[in-house]
Amino acid sequence: MVSGLRLFLMTATGIWFGLFLLGQAAFAVDLGDKEKGRKLFKLCKHCHQIGQGAKNRIGPHLNLLFGRKAASIDGFRYSKGIKRAAAGGLEWHADTLSAYLENPKNLVSGTRMNFVGMKDLDQRMDLIAYLRLFSDNPADIPEADPTVSDAGHDLDPAILALKGDPDYGDYLSGECTACHQTSGQDDGVPSIVAWPEDDFVRAMHAYKKQVRQHPVMQMIAGRLSDDEIASLAAFFANIKE
Amino acid sequence: MGLDRRVFMGGAAVAASSLAMPYGFAKGNGTPKVVVIGGGAGGATAARYLAKDSKGALDVTLIEPSRSYYTCFFSNLYLGGFKNLDDLAHSYGTLASGYGVNVVHDWAVGVDRDKKYVRLAGGARVPYDKLILSPGIDFVEGSVAGWDILAQNKMPHAYKAGSQTELLKAQVMAMPAGGVFAMVAPPNPFRCPPGPYERISMVAYLLKTHNPTAKILVADPKPKFSKMALFQEGWGTHYDGMIDWIGPDFGGDNVVVNPDEMTLSIDGEVTKVDVCNVIPAMKAGRIAEVADVSDGRWAPVHARDMSSKADKDIHVLGDAALQGDMPKSGFAANSQAKVCANAIRGALTGSKIFPAKFSNTCWSLIDDDDGVKVGASYKATDEKIAKVSGFISKTGEDAATRANNYKESEGWYAGITKDMFG
Ligand SMILES: Cc1cc2nc3c(=O)[nH]c(=O)nc-3n(C[C@H](O)[C@H](O)[C@H](O)COP(=O)(O)OP(=O)(O)OC[C@H]3O[C@@H](n4cnc5c(N)ncnc54)[C@H](O)[C@@H]3O)c2cc1C
Ligand code: HEC
Ligand code: HEC
Repeated sequence: MVSGLRLFLMTATGIWFGLFLLGQAAFAVDLGDKEKGRKLFKLCKHCHQIGQGAKNRIGPHLNLLFGRKAASIDGFRYSKGIKRAAAGGLEWHADTLSAYLENPKNLVSGTRMNFVGMKDLDQRMDLIAYLRLFSDNPADIPEADPTVSDAGHDLDPAILALKGDPDYGDYLSGECTACHQTSGQDDGVPSIVAWPEDDFVRAMHAYKKQVRQHPVMQMIAGRLSDDEIASLAAFFANIKE
Repeated sequence: MGLDRRVFMGGAAVAASSLAMPYGFAKGNGTPKVVVIGGGAGGATAARYLAKDSKGALDVTLIEPSRSYYTCFFSNLYLGGFKNLDDLAHSYGTLASGYGVNVVHDWAVGVDRDKKYVRLAGGARVPYDKLILSPGIDFVEGSVAGWDILAQNKMPHAYKAGSQTELLKAQVMAMPAGGVFAMVAPPNPFRCPPGPYERISMVAYLLKTHNPTAKILVADPKPKFSKMALFQEGWGTHYDGMIDWIGPDFGGDNVVVNPDEMTLSIDGEVTKVDVCNVIPAMKAGRIAEVADVSDGRWAPVHARDMSSKADKDIHVLGDAALQGDMPKSGFAANSQAKVCANAIRGALTGSKIFPAKFSNTCWSLIDDDDGVKVGASYKATDEKIAKVSGFISKTGEDAATRANNYKESEGWYAGITKDMFG
């Protein structure tokens, strides 16, 4: 579950979601228009089926998605990346789906879902409202899985543009190399060397905002400033694997 | 060492003033000298980072009697049969050949703080500009009635890894059917707070397969211990009825052992036992007393750079240090060593000193694929190393999460031992 305090709001007009308190800020975002979502689903269609009789295709079927643990459809061959994220506690809710659909690498490095991402928050919310129809009791929201809105994990382009100081990154990396090996070897903790800097920064901010679930990494990223993350990205990007 | 050497007591903030200009070097010749006593979690890391980052600008000597360091971390997994003894052994070859650390296999037996040299058991004198002590722990004499270090073969502590760990395992394997394994748990503070309880879990795991009617008896002077709810839940599910934990309410703090008779008395009630793992109260490794930087038990340090409060040119790392909120763990020693190395390098070569930052995570294995973890991050305040935030595994977690914790801990072990020994 995503941490932070979740409150829940509903109006007669349909699916209104969430007061999501992250730090001091509170967001209330409309989950979206399921009719628009139905049209957007054509972007997913050649890989995913949804609705009665849906089967696994290139991607797993997407019925009963809400509240489901990631990578939990029997018989579908998931990537190592998403299985690890699932073991770390990743579940599908409006916020995690929004992060995944925005850029699958936000949440799951090494995911097999080869989808460029949907940058527009409103479109994502529309699509999620549509996906919500195929979960348990979609109309009966309070009893069903509590879903939350997007809490602004959209990374500010200014953050991605920050130039890090590799020397500072070198010093800061001392905290990381207690677990991550500079050789890039993965004996149970993933490699973080020679990544594209953007992917690294996205992953770190996803932990920091607690969109990615892992408690160790949430704690570590939670203490890092934007500049520090950029410096670490710059340092690790230039280690040869 | 006499009390007259406590001239630096009070610990003025000196690190900053040393930023701009390197010290006048004590020994006259060019390269500043850092001597590290103890090649364990803290000492090996400090030596490696100093040598690696100074690229020849520092002369780094590591003094350590053993040629192979056996990690205490994961030694419980050896007891449980998940690791071989060899998996725990690390040599100093890479530190010497890959990083240019001068590794001296000897005991440090004296520290002259005025003349700034370390005396070795072999007689040599090793001069320093900065000295790092990371000697780990020694036991407080008389803390368990009836036990002293001469009894360690009959009643092993296995709290320094290697032959003691091997001995304890051999004793468990030789227990008669339905026999009794006893542990005398230590009072706070001690090395690796979850360590004794992970050990109980691993012994139970071993006995469950080899000797399922055996019993485990734990006498504990503490009413609470690390990850208590997680361990007790796990003991209930995996080893129901096997483990009897006796806290201070029932005399766990009133214990006498008799190594010749192999008995354990708890509040006067004498039990015959087959194995008795005595983990006495602990204090800083003896060299901290010899150097006169200890308060009697531990060596007080400044959080920002791990420098001793008694001497600005001595730094103390790991278990031996009295630093504040961090547990005594290998992870913590490794984390402190990097902060210390950065500060010493800055002081001696003028390189940039970045702010101190620490973290710790400790995993424990309760049963096959049932791993739990606890962790926290810390910052340096004027007073101590202070906890900032933390997390702990929850009771009732699913099996996949627990299995993943174990896998992660294996990744950590591989990573951190490379971070220490290269
Ligand atoms: C059963 C058990 C399980 C543990 N599990 C974990 C775990 O899962 N995770 C974790 O992070 N920590 C764990 N620990 C704790 C960890 O082992 C210690 O906290 C860590 O080793 C402390 O590092 P150190 O550098 O202070 O001391 P040590 O690693 O003990 O190193 C001290 C070194 O100094 C040398 N030395 C001592 N005196 C002298 C002298 N006079 N001259 C020269 N050399 C000297 C010794 O030979 C030794 O090699 C565990 C400990 C135990 C006992
Ligand atoms: C090119 C094929 C492809 C496209 C297009 C695609 N996906 Fe996926 N999707 C996958 C694959 C493959 C996986 C399995 C991911 C893994 O194993 O890492 C996946 C996984 C998922 C999951 C996780 C399911 C689970 O069981 O954990 C969700 C949710 C998802 N996709 C939603 C979508 C949505 C919504 C769209 C449309 C916007 C979309 N995907 C577009 C291929 C695709
Ligand atoms: C205590 C061990 C530990 C420390 C210290 C640590 N990490 Fe991690 N890290 C992990 C684990 C375990 C994972 C896998 C988490 C998951 O499944 O989401 C991970 C995941 C990551 C990922 C995502 C990898 C992927 O493939 O998705 C990045 C990036 C990362 N860490 C960066 C860092 C940085 C940078 C630091 C230091 C500032 C650091 N980590 C410190 C254990 C650690």
